[in-house]
Amino acid sequence: MALSKIATNDKHGENSPYFDGWKAYDSNPFHPTKNTQGVIQMGLAENQLCFDLIEEWIRNNPKASICTAEGVNWFKYIANFQDYHGLPEFRNAVANFMSKVRGGRVRFDPDRILMSGGATGANELIMFCLADAGDAFLVPSPYYPAFVRDLCWRTRVQLIPVECHSVNNFMITREALEEAYKKAKDDNINVKGLIITNPSNPLGTTMDRETLRSIVGFINEKNIHLVCDEIYAATVFSAPCFVSVSEVMHEIEHCKSDLIHIIYSLSKDLGLPGFRVGIVYSYNDGVVNSGRKMSSFGLVSSQTQHFLAAMLSDENFVERFLAESSRRLAARHSQFTKGLEKVNVTCLPSNAGLFCWMNLRNLLKEKTFEGEMMLWRLIINEVKLNVSPGSAFGCSEPGWYRVCFANMDDETVDVALKRIRAFVGKETAKPVELKRWKSNLRLSFSSRRFDENVMSPHSPMPHSPLTTLLIFSHSFPTYSNQKSPPKLEICETQTHGVSPVIGLKGCPLYPSIPAFTYDETHFPRTSEMKNKEQLTELRDNLKTSTLLSRRSTTVHVTYKDTESGRIKSRTSMGGHYNSVHQEPEFGPFKEIRIDDDNSWTNLYNMGTLKLQSFIYRYESMGP
Amino acid sequence: MGFGGNSQQLLSKIATNDKHGENSPYFDGWKAYDRNPFHPKNNPQGVIQMGLAENQLCFDLIEEWIRNNPKASICTPEGVHQFRNIANFQDYHGLQKFRNAMANFMSKVRGGRVRFDPDRILMSGGATGANELIMFCLADPGDAFMIPTPFYPGFVRDLCWRTGVKLIPVHSDSSNNFKITREALEEAYKKAKEDNINVKGLLITNPSNPLGTTLDKDTLKSLVSFINEKNIHLVCDEIYAATVFSSPNYVSVAEVIQEVEHCKRDLIHIIYSLSKDMGFPGFRVGIVYSFNDEVVNCGRKMSSFGLVCSQTQHMLASMLSDENFVTTFIEENSRRLKKRHDKFMKGLEEVNITRFPSNAGLFCWMNLKSLLKEPTFEDELKLWRVIIHEVKLNVSPGSSFNCSEPGWFRVCFANMDDETVDVALNRIRAFVGRETKKPVGIKRWQQNLRLNFSSRIFDETTVIMSPHSPIPTSPLVRAT
Repeated sequence: MALSKIATNDKHGENSPYFDGWKAYDSNPFHPTKNTQGVIQMGLAENQLCFDLIEEWIRNNPKASICTAEGVNWFKYIANFQDYHGLPEFRNAVANFMSKVRGGRVRFDPDRILMSGGATGANELIMFCLADAGDAFLVPSPYYPAFVRDLCWRTRVQLIPVECHSVNNFMITREALEEAYKKAKDDNINVKGLIITNPSNPLGTTMDRETLRSIVGFINEKNIHLVCDEIYAATVFSAPCFVSVSEVMHEIEHCKSDLIHIIYSLSKDLGLPGFRVGIVYSYNDGVVNSGRKMSSFGLVSSQTQHFLAAMLSDENFVERFLAESSRRLAARHSQFTKGLEKVNVTCLPSNAGLFCWMNLRNLLKEKTFEGEMMLWRLIINEVKLNVSPGSAFGCSEPGWYRVCFANMDDETVDVALKRIRAFVGKETAKPVELKRWKSNLRLSFSSRRFDENVMSPHSPMPHSPLTTLLIFSHSFPTYSNQKSPPKLEICETQTHGVSPVIGLKGCPLYPSIPAFTYDETHFPRTSEMKNKEQLTELRDNLKTSTLLSRRSTTVHVTYKDTESGRIKSRTSMGGHYNSVHQEPEFGPFKEIRIDDDNSWTNLYNMGTLKLQSFIYRYESMGP
Repeated sequence: MGFGGNSQQLLSKIATNDKHGENSPYFDGWKAYDRNPFHPKNNPQGVIQMGLAENQLCFDLIEEWIRNNPKASICTPEGVHQFRNIANFQDYHGLQKFRNAMANFMSKVRGGRVRFDPDRILMSGGATGANELIMFCLADPGDAFMIPTPFYPGFVRDLCWRTGVKLIPVHSDSSNNFKITREALEEAYKKAKEDNINVKGLLITNPSNPLGTTLDKDTLKSLVSFINEKNIHLVCDEIYAATVFSSPNYVSVAEVIQEVEHCKRDLIHIIYSLSKDMGFPGFRVGIVYSFNDEVVNCGRKMSSFGLVCSQTQHMLASMLSDENFVTTFIEENSRRLKKRHDKFMKGLEEVNITRFPSNAGLFCWMNLKSLLKEPTFEDELKLWRVIIHEVKLNVSPGSSFNCSEPGWFRVCFANMDDETVDVALNRIRAFVGRETKKPVGIKRWQQNLRLNFSSRIFDETTVIMSPHSPIPTSPLVRAT
């Protein structure tokens, strides 16, 4: 007898290639003394920095547990307690804790607190309450990969990504929301809401008040739900401070509060994922009523409710814990990001979370998701770090990796940093890794030239023009789901800053873009490359095109979407975020002709290796 | 900030339908109890909760074990060094030692006659979550499961609410001791097929809730061959397995499938829990044990929606690995349940109330057909309201279990101490005595019944309420 469709589909997500990293870790886990060459788990957003505080509290509060001589007289009552409202003292304590985490600026009503089995269960529960099978929720990308399981698998709800880009630090813009919403409407999809994570997983950033206001305005206007996943609220470790939707909604006139729902959990903020404390806090009475009944499928163990009620009611402990946890996360974040900076690896500037959003675009052989996966496998199998590639998060541009840093001790962080440094050093300094390319590139270029010039050991990686090149290309909406190429007209382009930008002028494949565009996302996808002639034509066209180079960290583009006729603009903040706050440096404008062999050499010396790579890609993937 | 006034309209169909079951009239009993709960000293006139199938008879054994095993908890000075490992543990496979201990416990509960593979043990949030999980694995929305009546009212919520699965009742009644017959199964199956309903399986509870009976081996074999023949799944809810307190011995489907030739094992799934057998409903330990590899694989992933709390896993792993404790507990639990059952039955018999003969469970299936004015479900509910509001006992009417004949009530007896049982019995005795002696309690009914009967006739019929009329043979019983 066949199983259900749910049982036989893949929406649980575990057949995705990303599970290879977990398997690699599981088969060879790092241990500081027993397995020093093992894989370090950096794919797990766990908070292990403050267990000593909790353990101390436990030693001082034996009555809090039903399993101590002091507390066992509660055992019978607690073991028997299965009311889906939860222990009143537990709900009070959680409401109070949620308020404290948000700086006491907002209060929570214990009667609106619904229990569920972790954030996993909470997310599923809210979907069951808000959407029917086939309905959709918008979700800004990049987003937590398991959302597909949590929000969609058993509910049959669909997710519609709202694409965010590094050009504006992955901010959720009103335009992107409108675009995704409109697209869904055009496709006859019933959009029931928007789900955001704040602080963001994987970005580690918090949303500013203006963005939140704009989002609340958006969902009010469309009359759709807003689910705010705030499970990382207490991991904010530096300014700006966390702003919860629960604060913002009170500031907005005529906000329909019954559209707003918060997901919370103690897995990240307290580091207790094993305790399966998931919370749905809804301002909608209907959701509170029916969601509470759904709680029955994933109640918090009464043993745990009882224990946490006592711990979270201890105001002194809570305050001390929150302050200390934030301090330790800041220290760990700084230790980790400084370690990366030594090899010029940067991360998206962040102020929260248990991870960094690491930018390795410089190390990609190809600026594609295949290239990202290639590099990822290298990191897992050779560097022996289980990090998570951006594509796992539905990121719209390749080269980003989420690296967790709070699930290990300082010594393990040092080992991980050493491995990263050694790897990046090797990748940038030695030709070893590039040998692979040589064979690939033979079709286009003589191996002689490649050997001689291309492998400059001192090519300045962080200033690789393509770093910015990629950012620039992704300042446009991606069209990966569309068969036809984008119809864009570039109106104006401004670039300035400290690293070079390279542009390709007059690419014949896109006559609608007369001035200034490049990179593979604006070329036809490989599957559309029909024959060798086309490939040769592309290479020749590239050769005779003009590449513009300019030192820059900021690219501002104004363009016209010829379909809608609307003028839009995108701004890139550049690839080197540690220098974002520096005064932009306007470098010399350079024009390089690539119609002869020497120009390739010049280009390479500037670090444009990857451009050759993608040109080659189209050739090698031909018939 | 304001309210959009669309609190309901924008919610899902699931959120706005009634399949959670709480809008049923049966919740009145719970409300009555919640408003006015009995307390031996503080509220001796309050409602006694007899609607809750809880097992509170052996907590002294558990508490003693807890005192002797402080290392078992991560919240004791002796065990706190394990705190970080356990608090962080969220693998959906569960702690290996927990699964081993569960498999061992399940085997011991079944007399050691069958072994369970720890790798087939899936966690979920109580039997509630386990039942939903197995439905999500086996059936698509619109598909159906057959289920013999009377059955646990929460099944509609657990099996159907969010999964969109339908239940098809297989009717059984007291005329053949509520046995699940092959004919009834075939009839229900055939009817469903005619209605173009895709029947994906059969769900049974063994021991039965609300009957408190166990299925004999022949019936189980017949069920197993039925589902094999139709090639549909068999889900056996065995959450009361350790509540069997007298013969016949318990037989699990896990034993029977070893004896049935050519049994397609991948059609067999067991639901288990520690809520009833150990009396830990608060700990939310639900288990799906499937003989089907695919269900194991996919169900394990679904476990993520309702994992057992790791500190609870850790503690139970120690407790259930203690062979001496487990053996003592199972024996003593059974002994005490028998004692309680016998005490309660004896009390009922004193006022000539019978119940369906049972050998398991935390309740009895009480026959009050003789107190019904008419053998209808309306009268069952009327009597029930009197029991709740006047006798002040929250019992559950048979209609809430989809029973096909009126007059049965499930009465739980293991969630209270001996003294409370005595109070409950006194009340029942007083009520039945009054009902059978005096016309007083019946006055209210008179008004209700006027439409049908002249008050004269009704007054006359009070003759049958003779204090000594042997209730089981009262004319009203015969009329059914």
